[in-house]
Amino acid sequence: MGDDTWKDLFPGAFSQAFFFSSFNVRDLHTVDNGILEHLYPTMDSGEWDVLIAHFLGVDHCGHKHGPSHPEMAKKLSQMDQVIQGVVEHLTNDTLLVVAGDHGMTINGDHGGDSELEVSAALFLYSPTAIFSSVPPEEPEVIPQVSLVPTLALLLGLPIPFGNIGEVIAELFSGGTDAHPHSSALAQASALHINAQQVSRFLHTYSAATQDLQVSELHRLQNLFAKASADYQQLLQSAQGAEVPLQTVIAELQQFLRGARALCLESWARFSLVRMAGGAVLLAAACFLCLLASQWTTRPGFPFSPLLLTSVACGLAGAILYAGLLATTGLKLDSVILGTAAAGGSLLPFLWKAWAGCGSKRSLATQLPIPGPVLLVLFLRLAAFFSDSFVVAEARATPFLLGSLILFLVAQLHWEGQLLPSKLLTTSRLSFSAPTGPPRHGGTYALRLGVGLLLCTRLAGLFHRCPEETPACHSSPWLSPLASMVGGRAKNLWYGVCVGALVALLIVVRLWLRRYGNLKSPEPPVLFVRWGLPLMALGTSAYWALASGAEEAPPHLQALVAGASVLLPRAVMGLAASGLLLLLWRPVTVLVKAGPGASRTRTILTPFSGPPTSQADLDYVVPQIYRHMQEEFRGRLERTQSQGPLMVAAYQLGSVYSAALVTALVLLAFPLLLLHVERISLVFLLLFLQSFLLLHLLAAGIPISTTGPFTVPWQAVSAWALLATQTFYSTGHQPVFPAIHWHAAFVGFPEGHGSSTWLPALLVGANTFASHLLFAVGCPLLLLWPFLCESQGPRKRRKPLAMEAETRGRFEEEEEEPLMEMRLRDAPHHFNAALLQLGLKYLFVLGVQILACALAASILRRHLMVWKVFAPKFIFEAIGFAVSSVGLLLGIALVMRVDGAVSSWFRKLVLAQQT
Amino acid sequence: MKDTDIKRLLYTHLLCIFSIFLSTFIPSFFLDNFSILETHLTWLGICSVFVTAVNLMLYLVVKPNVSSKRSSLSHKVTRVLKCCIYFLMSCFLLHVVFVLYGAPLTELVLETFLFAVILSTYTTVPCLCLLGPNLRAWLRVFSRNGVTSIWENSLQITTISSFVGAWLGAFPIPLDWERPWQVWPISCTLGATFGYVAGLVISPLWIYRNRKQLTYKNN
Repeated sequence: MGDDTWKDLFPGAFSQAFFFSSFNVRDLHTVDNGILEHLYPTMDSGEWDVLIAHFLGVDHCGHKHGPSHPEMAKKLSQMDQVIQGVVEHLTNDTLLVVAGDHGMTINGDHGGDSELEVSAALFLYSPTAIFSSVPPEEPEVIPQVSLVPTLALLLGLPIPFGNIGEVIAELFSGGTDAHPHSSALAQASALHINAQQVSRFLHTYSAATQDLQVSELHRLQNLFAKASADYQQLLQSAQGAEVPLQTVIAELQQFLRGARALCLESWARFSLVRMAGGAVLLAAACFLCLLASQWTTRPGFPFSPLLLTSVACGLAGAILYAGLLATTGLKLDSVILGTAAAGGSLLPFLWKAWAGCGSKRSLATQLPIPGPVLLVLFLRLAAFFSDSFVVAEARATPFLLGSLILFLVAQLHWEGQLLPSKLLTTSRLSFSAPTGPPRHGGTYALRLGVGLLLCTRLAGLFHRCPEETPACHSSPWLSPLASMVGGRAKNLWYGVCVGALVALLIVVRLWLRRYGNLKSPEPPVLFVRWGLPLMALGTSAYWALASGAEEAPPHLQALVAGASVLLPRAVMGLAASGLLLLLWRPVTVLVKAGPGASRTRTILTPFSGPPTSQADLDYVVPQIYRHMQEEFRGRLERTQSQGPLMVAAYQLGSVYSAALVTALVLLAFPLLLLHVERISLVFLLLFLQSFLLLHLLAAGIPISTTGPFTVPWQAVSAWALLATQTFYSTGHQPVFPAIHWHAAFVGFPEGHGSSTWLPALLVGANTFASHLLFAVGCPLLLLWPFLCESQGPRKRRKPLAMEAETRGRFEEEEEEPLMEMRLRDAPHHFNAALLQLGLKYLFVLGVQILACALAASILRRHLMVWKVFAPKFIFEAIGFAVSSVGLLLGIALVMRVDGAVSSWFRKLVLAQQT
Repeated sequence: MKDTDIKRLLYTHLLCIFSIFLSTFIPSFFLDNFSILETHLTWLGICSVFVTAVNLMLYLVVKPNVSSKRSSLSHKVTRVLKCCIYFLMSCFLLHVVFVLYGAPLTELVLETFLFAVILSTYTTVPCLCLLGPNLRAWLRVFSRNGVTSIWENSLQITTISSFVGAWLGAFPIPLDWERPWQVWPISCTLGATFGYVAGLVISPLWIYRNRKQLTYKNN
């Protein structure tokens, strides 16, 4: 009776129970008064073996008022009265155990490992005299684990398998009036049972793991063997002397204490050195990302030498460590080996940073993260150190994201880019105002921001509650459709899910059409046109089967089972083949050649300049460009009489992002399949959100025509926040009970047999879907502003700058938006920007994991460390790994497209030459 | 710009702060069991009324901006009506924004709305008093180099600090301290109030410090 935690811990274990809510810390009396109402009648009824009364008032009073408050005095005297009352009701064969499960600090709180918190009173009383009548001056300290075997044996129950406590021997003496020999024998037998159990446990445990000290284990085993031999001997010689009995007891106790000490040492051990080393390594890596992301924009940044030296240094560190081990003859520890390698590889960078620090004025000038973004980042990191915030992260992340979004909109307005400047009356200080008219009309950015907030809020509806917040209700939409009762609602939901799927498809197609990439005859485009609907069809058919499998008529059962195996595999296969196609032919460009080709909405390769300087020719691709231009010029001169000949390449302006978006959709479909049906709405929201966010960010980024291209920090932070938010809105939580295990059975309804990597892969893909998608899509942050260029100055007409040089042949030439081709104009800057983007994203994720690691190590004695901090750290670490891989994939895809575009140009030039 | 202007600004701001103090103390004479935390909604209403009244009074007395050219009765009436509509609109708008930021949609609607009202009181009412129902003027004031007087400058500062205060007020909500002021929306309203008061205190000081750099078109 009392604290209702017992009910949750041991449901159905009690024959009679009176539970009261323990949640409200401010409520001092409900639980206690509830117990007192039922305690004495229950005791007097005699229908019990064990009666547990868990009073909570003192604990709550400590939390609320602290230990030296008048309330506490009242509460304690009430408890005194309770004990008196209970003592009066005790019968002779009853033992009263009054124990506290923890103490309290001087503030009245607990959960840490201070002496005040971990020590509590233990009071044992029985009407039968157990102990000698004079209480000892200094009472013995009894470990809390010893209560388990004592109570178990006193109740006549076997001692639990995992116990390492030691029975309180005095309780088994049978009272002071018993014969001293028989009472000692009873104590010895109790201790022997206990020792047997602990020995069995140690044996099993040491067979399963290797973390107990072998020599100590051997010593204990010998001790136990000797003690039990002595005990057996004692039993056989029925009336032995007193002395060997006492030695047996001492031996058994020695064994039990030794076993406990051994376990304590091996279990509650934190390697502070390793923790600190890991944290330092992480911090150094983050710092490195930050520094390198600043260096990349500098001209003449030596990429390859630094990379090579770092790899060499890493290898050297590893070899050095291995050599050191070989000389000293220690065991090779792979963790330390990795640490040595990683540390070694960091050193040259840090050395360079140090050197740069010496030559430059200060580091602060090299680290220009804008203030508000720093604030958001800092808040996010600080939140990892509070268990409440880690638990509430699902709500805190959208809040921070929303703040960042509104801040971006407000900043746009503040800079005067939101509204046409004619609205703003000029002031005298306007000379410092940003130049250039706003690129978008009216409330464009505001609408984007509100749309984003709306999407974020809607995605927040798909929220799974952590266990720690009992007042919260998980979204009912996270359960699979199959668990729904009521055909109509189910059908409706099914329709909505399929609608979301179709909407996703339509959005992507519309996007591709908008930028013209849907017209190309290349295989990936054909796949987008026909393969994607097929995948959607397969997915919806699978959903239909999964949600209504048991309603199928019996003769179709085999078909249904077969289809539910085949359909997901088919969809995944289609997605994989689509990705392969995309890798094979990533250039989705439609080429039209011939006299008088239409020029509407074309992205012309820039014909605008002859080679200007020798420096330009350092780069291969511009060289090809120039070469091509020369060729064109030559040809055009020859064919002047026949009219102008042009090569119009459509969709070149969005060639990178088209490939990326296609890849993202292809990735999203299998991931979607791993989730429950209704998450498809979240995926739709995800695409909308990222689309809106990209537009919003692009509205704030000025297009630099020649580079260096940079992605601002707020863009990267918002992207990372969006990834985290999507992790939560797809129904995940960073705790192990919340993992969606059902994902392992998508396409494998019969299980996987003995293989473990495939289900692990499926479950991992389900859990870290948002990390993967956002990391792969990360290069879009760089590409999008160029994409948005086509909307702004489309209508502007300008005579071509190089008109004179091209001898008037291209008069009336429209200045076409170059879009992503600007990136190709400066390949060095393009590469640097990609590297910088990757480094920035890694930095934002890296400091997150650093904060998590620090939180878990600093708060390692916290009450919630295994429930909140450690799982969070593990999830964050795996998410980081997934994100890194995704980032590399995304960048690799962009590079692949880049290479393909280069070869395409080359082919074009060859075709023109022949 | 003269120092007398800054002095006037300071006095008006002190009056505003005083009105907030009054709103916490006066009602306890008339109402039983009045306290900010336990009868929070009552306090919100009273505080909103007090601040609005003081703002209006100050506007009528001090007249910081140049009076409009037309001053016929019908013009005044439409102006007042427009102001009321703007105020209501801003309340609803802020309510929507709070819900978008994660406030519960169906529960605690009255609480959320009163929070929107109090935040509107701190932000929209001074805007209405100073700039009138003129969205363009508002947008001008809240953009870089858009202010044309110390009044507008202080308006900018108090409004932004009120919003920031309300924003900061959301942070203690998830913590497990089990304090009565952590309940939605009390911490946010208190944050907004503190932000407003801080803005009222800071803006005259800031303007006084930077009086050399500040040059306005109209002064």
